[in-house]
Formats: sequence, structure tokens, C-alpha cells
Amino acid sequence: MSILLPEVGLLFWMVISFGIVFVILAKYGFPVITDMVEKRKNYIDDSLKVAEEANVKLVQLQDEASRIVNEANREQGRILRQAQEEKNSIIREARKEAKILAEQELEEIKDQIQKEKDEAIRSIRRQVAILSVDIAEKVIRQNLDTEKEQMSMIDRMLDEVLAHKK
Amino acid sequence: MFLTVLSLLFILPQKGVAQDDKQQLDMEEIVFGHMGDSYEWHVATLGENLELSIPLPIIVYSSTTGWNMFLSSKLEHGQTYKGFKISEKGTDHQDKIVEKIDGIWVRPTLDLSLTKMALALILNALLLAVIVLGVARWYKKHDPKKISPGGFTGFMEMFIMMVHDDVIKDSVGENYKRFAPYLLTVFFFIFLSNVLSLVPIFPAGVNVTGNIAITAVLALCTMLAVNLFASKHYWKEVFWPDVPILLKAPIPLIPLIEFMGIFTKPFALMIRLFANMLAGHMAIIIFVCLIFIANSMGAALQGGLSVISILFTLFMNLLELLVAFIQAYVFTLLSAVFIGLAQDGKKKKAKN
Repeated sequence: MSILLPEVGLLFWMVISFGIVFVILAKYGFPVITDMVEKRKNYIDDSLKVAEEANVKLVQLQDEASRIVNEANREQGRILRQAQEEKNSIIREARKEAKILAEQELEEIKDQIQKEKDEAIRSIRRQVAILSVDIAEKVIRQNLDTEKEQMSMIDRMLDEVLAHKK
Repeated sequence: MFLTVLSLLFILPQKGVAQDDKQQLDMEEIVFGHMGDSYEWHVATLGENLELSIPLPIIVYSSTTGWNMFLSSKLEHGQTYKGFKISEKGTDHQDKIVEKIDGIWVRPTLDLSLTKMALALILNALLLAVIVLGVARWYKKHDPKKISPGGFTGFMEMFIMMVHDDVIKDSVGENYKRFAPYLLTVFFFIFLSNVLSLVPIFPAGVNVTGNIAITAVLALCTMLAVNLFASKHYWKEVFWPDVPILLKAPIPLIPLIEFMGIFTKPFALMIRLFANMLAGHMAIIIFVCLIFIANSMGAALQGGLSVISILFTLFMNLLELLVAFIQAYVFTLLSAVFIGLAQDGKKKKAKN
């Protein structure tokens, strides 16, 4: 049957047309397309890899950042506590010092007072001695015969002294 | 799809009926007239005696008159021109150019006429080149790292990469880059031809891949690709395979079978594609012809059969669309597998 016998003319035209289209497409058609798609695929793969790495790095950076923030927070707390303690201790110290100073002052003042008191007592004693000597002198200067006279004179003189003192 | 049916409804009755006075349908002529080659391209029948046909150049080499080239319109209606005519029905070389030498009509030495099928081949090849080069141009104009194609280019990219990655890369193996352009060309040439042969309107509708000459050339190309680039291991497997010595030493039994395999594999490729496309088209045409066969059986039967045959034609067309892809896929896949086996003989042998 003729349908199973290839025609020479058709074979010829098929070889020509298929050959030409094959040569053209093999040179300018398919390799261009497949190469470009391959290139794009590689680019996408690379980009994905880079993105993955960037993600990992980002997570690391975030960890680092939160770590730093935590550390800073801790540091801040520590510093604040320290400052508080320092403040307290300074106040305590100051109070203690003030107390000591006040006590010293008080002591000094007491000493002063004691000294002045002693002085006053000594001066009173002297006055009393002088007075008694004066009175004794006057008593002696008068002729004091009787005890009664002597006593009234002492009284008088004492009054005088007291009046004088006033 | 409907266009196929409708146009066949128009063309077939007049063609069949006009050439047969007995109002009887000549099925053989309709089927093989559609399937076969012709020296003119019949586009449509416009009226009783008005056929719209495109005359094509006839190129023949005669042993007596040398090269002859003229238009097929010179040979219309059995006319003789320069001693050539188209042989009538019932003779030895039916519908072929014959030449009168010493009183007998014989085929000329070489008939390189640009027939309907040859022209369809060239048109298909041109269309394929335009499509693929158009897609390739997009890649030259754009930076593939910045933009990916959409629309038709995107579709073609997906299609090409599907064949490239799933069929070629997987089957050929390491050396796939060397054979990818050939296999891709084969796939898209067959696929485009298959699909175009289903479109009934001029300039498509020629059953190119259902012609054995076309599939023979494709199979021959695959055979050359397999054997010209084969590895040493492949030839060793053919002539001195790894079998018990008695099977190859005195009588080279297995080597003979292996050697036959070199030819049977492409032969199977050739027949598979040819027979599938031929059978599919034949089925579609016969379903359409059913309407006109039922012509003489009365209106009711014809009406019922028409509906059924239109439904069946529609179904066959859809099926053929699937077959168009599958056959292109199978041809490419098997070619890739054969090439892959010849490249690296250590792999497991695939059955044909």
C-alpha cells in the first residue's frame, strides 16, 4: 500500500525543512531559553540561600541585641542599687559624723560650763573669804564686849552685805 | 473542534458525491484523500464545479527531458503537460505524477514536487521557528535575573522546561545538554504538527505526522543521534554483550538480536507516531462520513445518526488533542531514553 511507502519527494522536503529548523533552533532558539531559565533558577536558588543566611544572621543579631539590652538593664539596676546604697551609706556616714561632732561640741560646752562654774564657785569662795575677813576685821575693830553686841553686829553686817549684794 | 466537524460537513459530501455519479459515497477516496498527499492544496468546494484550490509547484526530474518545473494547475482534470500527467484512479501510480516513456506511463526518476504535505511541513517549521525564536528574543531583551516572562512567553517557558527537565534531563543523563536542542525540536515539531493537523482550516489541517515519510525522517534522526554519539560501552554491549559465551561465540545469536535492535527501535518510533496519527484522523473522518452514509436510510435514522456522529467526532477530536501531546511526548521520551542508554550503558536497559 502506498500509505506505508515513504515518498522520496516528501523525504527530501522533510530533511530540508526539519534540518533547517533544527539548526536554527539549536543555535538561536532552545539553548538561549534553557540557559536563561537555568541562570534565573540558579540566581533564585542563590538568592534564597542568601536570604536564609540573612535570616539566620538577623536572628543572631536580634539575640545579640536583646542580650545587650538585658545586660544593660541589669547593669542599670546594679548601678541604681549601688547608687542607692552609696547614698544611704553617705547619709549614714554624715549622720554619724554629725553626731560625733555634736557630741564633741557638747562635751566642750560642758567642759566650758564646768570650768565657768568652778571659776564662779572659786570666786564666790574668795568673796566669802574676803567678806568674812572684812567682817572679822570690823568685828575686831569694834569693841565687842558682849556676845550680844557681837551677834547683832554680825547680823547687821550680814544684812549690809546682802543689801549691798542686791 | 466544531470547526472540524462543520467544515467536513461542507466539504465531504460534495467531494464524495461530485466524483461519483451513483450518489454513492466513496469512503476510501474521502479517507485517503484527506490523509494522503496531493499536488494541489484543496481549500474548499465553493459550488457545483467551483473548487477553491491552490496550485503548487511540481518539480520532477525525468530521465529523458531532465528537470521540469511547472504549476500543478497545468495538470488539472487529467490534462497532460510536457508529457506528464497525474495518474488516474485504478492505475498503478494512483494520484501521482507519471511520465510517458516508450508508450507506457512510468514514474519520473525524481519527484521533488512541493506537494501539499511538503508545503504544510515548511509552514509548520516556519511557525515553530517563529514561536521559539520569538520566545528566545524575549530572553535576549530582558535580564532574566530581574523579570520572569508572563503570557505566551511564560507558557512556552513552562512547556519547554517541562520537556527539558522531566523528559530530557531525567532520561538522557549527564550529557543531556548536548541532545537537549535536538529533542526539544523533535518534541515541538511533532506537537505543533499534531495540533495543527487537527485544525481543519487552511493552511492547517494537513495530517503531516500521519505520513510515514515524515516519521521516518524523525526516527532516522533519532537513530543517528543514538548511534553517532554512542559510547564504547554501548558498542561492546551490542557486539560482545555480557552473556554466556555459547550465546555469542560460534553463532552470534545475542549480538545479532542486539544489532537488529539498533534498527527496530527507531522503526517502532516511526510506526508508532505514524499509525497513531493516521488512525485518529481516520476515526474522525469516518465518524463524520457516517452522516452521509446514513443519507439513503431515511430522514429519522439520518437525524439520529448525525447527532451521535457529531458527539463522537467531538469526543474523538478531544481525544486526538490528548494523543497529539502524548505521541509527541512518547517519541521524545523514547528518543531520550535510547540516547541515554547509548551514553551510559551501565544503566538498566529499558524495554522498547
